Parts: sequence; structure tokens; C-alpha cells
Amino acid sequence: MIKVERRLEQPRWLSFAVPVGSVGVAFLVMALVLVITGHDPLHTYKRLFVAAFDGKAAWNDTITLATPILFTGLAAAVAFRMNLFNIGGEGQLYIGAITGSGVAFWLGPHHAKVLTIVLMCVCGAAGAALWALVPAVLKAFGRTNEIITSLMLNYVAGLLLTYMIFDSASPWRDVSTVQTRSFPQSIALQPSQFWPTVRPGGIVIPFGFMLAFGVAAVLWVLFRLTRFGYEMNVIGDSQRAARYSGMRTRRKILAVMAISGAVAGLAGTSQVGDFSHVLDASAQGLQAANYGYTGIVVAALARYNPIAVCLVGGLLGGLQNAGLFLQGADFPSGLVGVMQGIILFATLGGELLIRYRLRLGQRAASAAETAPAAEVA
Amino acid sequence: MNDSLVVQVLAQAVVYGTPILFAALGELLAERSGVLNLGVEGMMLVGATMGFWGMQRAPGPTSLVLLLAVLTAAFAGLVMSAIHAFLVVTLRASQIVSGLALTIFAGGLGLSSYLGNDLGLADVPPKHQFSDIDVFGLKDVAVAGPILFHQSALVYASWAFVVLVAVYLGRTRLGLNVRAVGESPGAADSMGISVAGYRYAHVLAGGALAGLGGACYSLAITPGWTDGDSLVGGAGWIAIALVIFSFWRAELCLVGAYLFGGLSGGLPSALQAHGYKIKPEFLNALPYLMTIVVLVLVSTGLARRRIGAPAALGIAYVREER
Repeated sequence: MIKVERRLEQPRWLSFAVPVGSVGVAFLVMALVLVITGHDPLHTYKRLFVAAFDGKAAWNDTITLATPILFTGLAAAVAFRMNLFNIGGEGQLYIGAITGSGVAFWLGPHHAKVLTIVLMCVCGAAGAALWALVPAVLKAFGRTNEIITSLMLNYVAGLLLTYMIFDSASPWRDVSTVQTRSFPQSIALQPSQFWPTVRPGGIVIPFGFMLAFGVAAVLWVLFRLTRFGYEMNVIGDSQRAARYSGMRTRRKILAVMAISGAVAGLAGTSQVGDFSHVLDASAQGLQAANYGYTGIVVAALARYNPIAVCLVGGLLGGLQNAGLFLQGADFPSGLVGVMQGIILFATLGGELLIRYRLRLGQRAASAAETAPAAEVA
Repeated sequence: MNDSLVVQVLAQAVVYGTPILFAALGELLAERSGVLNLGVEGMMLVGATMGFWGMQRAPGPTSLVLLLAVLTAAFAGLVMSAIHAFLVVTLRASQIVSGLALTIFAGGLGLSSYLGNDLGLADVPPKHQFSDIDVFGLKDVAVAGPILFHQSALVYASWAFVVLVAVYLGRTRLGLNVRAVGESPGAADSMGISVAGYRYAHVLAGGALAGLGGACYSLAITPGWTDGDSLVGGAGWIAIALVIFSFWRAELCLVGAYLFGGLSGGLPSALQAHGYKIKPEFLNALPYLMTIVVLVLVSTGLARRRIGAPAALGIAYVREER
């Protein structure tokens, strides 16, 4: 007989142990799925680790794929922390790519690189923040469910992205040569506009990756040391209590959603500035990897802590990297999503261990007299 | 007459509305018992995948094969929803995050892609598919013929389910218990109704219906299987929104589903067939934009009075904390 009772205090070590355990459980469950479907899990896992973390080339790819995930993870962490479910990271990423690249195309290649990068970031973040404000305004003033509205806007943003590349009237579309007139693609950034990289010891660290760490640090300060962060926590716990104590919950919803959108938008801007240098609607492009949804997994596994997002983002970046480059009999497609899903399930199950205490057998009966208990099995 | 744009749009609205209707009815059952399941999109995708697989593998005459395929799809959806039920009912996890996890797990880059590729379903021509039935030989009747009397068996099954769900929730003892569990689980518990039991049963039923809805795509509307999430393309999310628009009532789900069916499938294809030149991206964005618009209208106006929303929706029931 297992009894479940509420913990009065949540031990700190559990908030580290549960995410780590979740990843472990995910690997175990996935191994079971692989065996059932006739694959060799050890071989698959070996290939996964080699592709993701063995050698400089592997690390470079992992960092490349972790970059957007860090941003979307931070974006989800900001919003989810206040129980504001911004599922629109995916769409906000597209918009950040559109507006961020747009300003670079408009500026042209003959400006200082610093100016170009700053303007790209500002416009990318601002465009995505405005996009995220749509569900925020509807939530704050119309009490409309932000989950569905932000998600629906993902599809709209995806179509907008396609439109920007395929429509001949779009200023994003390259119509300079015969080839691009018949095979639509966007204008490309000029080399003078590419975002810089740092190469310590042969590992390429793109500017966007460092920017994400900067954003994480700023968010950490915001959550820990400011009144804004404190009020976010209170509103997250109880919106009613926050309102009674005079906090402006509507404003907070708008502000937090805008921040979340801006950070997600930077993921898209950095995709263009750091890596693809064009707006990409192809099968390998922005829409292929579901970075926005992956961000939710990252944020939940990091328990909405921006510093932890950086660690978890690296791990899931490795998984994404392996998923993208390995595919075949011993690395089935869809494995990445399945793994991410199981990790999230395990994290959720682990939350039970943080909030509740499990008691086994005889001790449960005596404990039940002193503390309220509910039966699970 | 029957070739006119309006009739064609309406006939297509019924076709494209049917998967949304199945999924919405399923979500309705789960939500009426107090459990929000945001995993509908994922369950539909797995249902579509496994339904198509069942159809390719099952032996026998077409009608039997299709029945087996539909049952496979429903079972697949049910299994997916069982994960959600376990997490939120037994482990009291956040219903929102668990539902999202289910969509990521089962979705277009997850299990449905894994299964579809592993079972070799890509680019396989369908052996069987649902064809339109000429009911009572009325298919050529003006207006009503193409819309009501020349549809697939899935459409007629969905009507039966609407009646079933409406009667079950509104007119039976069990349905009353479900509503009690969704409105006030504490009161239901003290009356001896098993809150966990009802919630499990209805989340599972909801999963089965979502799987069935997914099968409408792979067996009837666009027979075949494609990798990724384009097969269902957001219909699961629209179904969740639809439950809100319909004020948690089965008969209103029917109306809403056809409205969105018309926008997502009927209107674009009919307009193209009649030679109207509208940007395809704009047409494809319509159902998503309309979902937002209707949701805003409903949540700012009528639902201020919260018509129909189960009071305990989204809240885990813990006996000692009520």
C-alpha cells in the first residue's frame, strides 16, 4: 500500500534530482520502446551520443541546434513561471526571423556590423513581442484562453513566413535573377551582415548562443532581484491574491508575454543572422524542427529557472542534433519528439515527488493519523 | 444547382468538419468530467497513423477492413489518452503541461512519425478507403442531396455520436454523475461516485474519439499517410477551441465543426475550383484566425456568465484538500 501525503517543505536536492532522474527515466522508457519496435537501444544511444557530444564537430552542431532552443526555452520559462501559457514560441520565432531579416535587407550591406546586428535584434524582438501581445491583450482584456490563441497564431505565422518567401510582391523575396524568379527564395544576408562567432579551441560559438546566455542572466536578475520578478511569482501562485494586494495583473500579463515573445523572436533572428542567412521555408528550414515546442520541454525540465535552461538547452540541443543528422534503421525518425515527450511526462511525474511524500507499508498507517493522507493504490 | 459554389462548400464543410466533430465530442466528454486534455492533436495523429496501418494489414472485405481500421485508430487514441489520465488523475500533474507533453510525444515529430516510418506507411497507396454512400438514392436531390445524403459512413457515424453524447450527458443517470464529477468532485465523492473512475473512463473515451477523428483523414479525406503534422494540421486544437464555443454541448459542437470544416476544407477547394484568385496562404490561415475571433467573441460576451464550463475543469481532485 502506498500513501501519498503533502510535503510541508520541499527539499532543495529534489529539485535537482527530479530533472536528472526524469532524463534517466526517459532513456529507460525509450529503450523499451526501441526494443519493442525491433531496434537495438544500446546501438541507437551510442550513435546519439557520438553524433551529439563526441568531438569538436559534434559539439559545434549541438551548439548550433541549442541556440534557438535556449531562446525558446527562456521564452517559455518566463511565461510559464507566471502560469501564462505561451505556446506561441514557434510562431514568435518565425516573426522574429521575418522582422529581423527584414531590417537587414532594408539596411543593405554598407553599414557597420554592430549597427546591423543591434537593429536586427531590436526589430526581431520587437516584431515577435507585438505578435505575442495579440494573445496577451485578448487574455488581459477579454479573458480569452491564451493557450489556444497563441497556438493558432503559430499556424498563421507559419503561413505568413511562406507567403513572405513565395509571394512575388513580398519585399523579402529575391527577384534579382532568373533562377530565383522561378524557384522562390528570400533575399540573402551579405557576408558583411553575418553575425560573428568566437572560436575558442576550435569550437565555433555563434553570437546568438552568447546572446542567449546574456538574456538568461538578465532574466535571472529579473526573477530574483527585482520587484517585477517578485510580483510575477505572486501572480503565478494566485492571481486573485496579487490583485487584492494592489498588483496590476493586466499590465503584468502584457509585459511578461511581450518579454516572452521578444526572447522567442530572437531565436528566429539568430537563425537568420547566425546560420541560414536567408528566410527558409524549406523542409530543413525554420518550420522543420519545432524549436518553439521544444522550448516548452526545456523550460519544464529546467523548472522555469533561466540558468538551468542553459544547461538543459545544451542537452536537448544534442538530442535535436542527433535527430537531424542521424536517420535510418537504427535511429528512427520521430525518436526526438518521443524522447522529448517522455522527458516531459517523467518531469511531471517527478513533480509529485517534490510536492508529495510517498510512504510505504506499515508506516503509512501511523503517519496517516498525524498528517492527512490519500490513497493512491 | 448542385454544382453551385454554396452547395459544394456546404458538402465539403460536412466532410472536413467530421474529424473535428469526433475530436470535439471526445474532448467534451473529458472536460465534462473535469479533465482538460490538450493532447488532442497528438492523439489524432496517432489515430490517423494506426488507422491507416490497420487498413493496410487487415484482411477481408472492404467494409470489415475499414471497421477494423477505425477500431485500431480508436484504440490507439485511447492508449495515448491513458498516459494523460494516469498523470493528471493519479499523479495530479498539471493538466495543461501534461496535455502539451502528449502532443509533443505523439505528434508529427514524435510517435506518429516514428510509427508511420517504422511500419513503412509513407508513399503507400491505400488499399481501401471510405467512399460516399448514396443514402436512400437521394444524392441527386437539390441542395440536400450532396450535403446530407452523399457522404461517407464516418459522417453518419458522427451524427450518431452527437445524439449519443447529448443524450448520455443530458438524460441519463451516468451522465448526471459525470457532470457532478466535473462541477463539484467533492460533492460527487461524498455521494459515493468514484471521481477517479469517472475521470479515467471519460479521458479514455475522449482519446478513442480523437483517434477516430484522426482516422477520418487517413481513411477518408486524404487517404494515405504523410510524415509530419500536416495530416491533421491543427484540427485537434480547433476541436479544443470548439468545445469552448459550443458551451460544452454536443449539439452545438455539430454546428461549430461544420463552420470550421467549411473554412478549412470546403471554402478553399471550392473557390479554387471556381477560379477565384485568392492567396492560398490567406485562405489557409482563415480557420485559425476564425478560431481566435470566435473564441474572443465567446469569452468576452456570453461566457462572462460561464455557460456550461465545468466548474472543476483543470483542477486535480485531492480528497483531503477539498
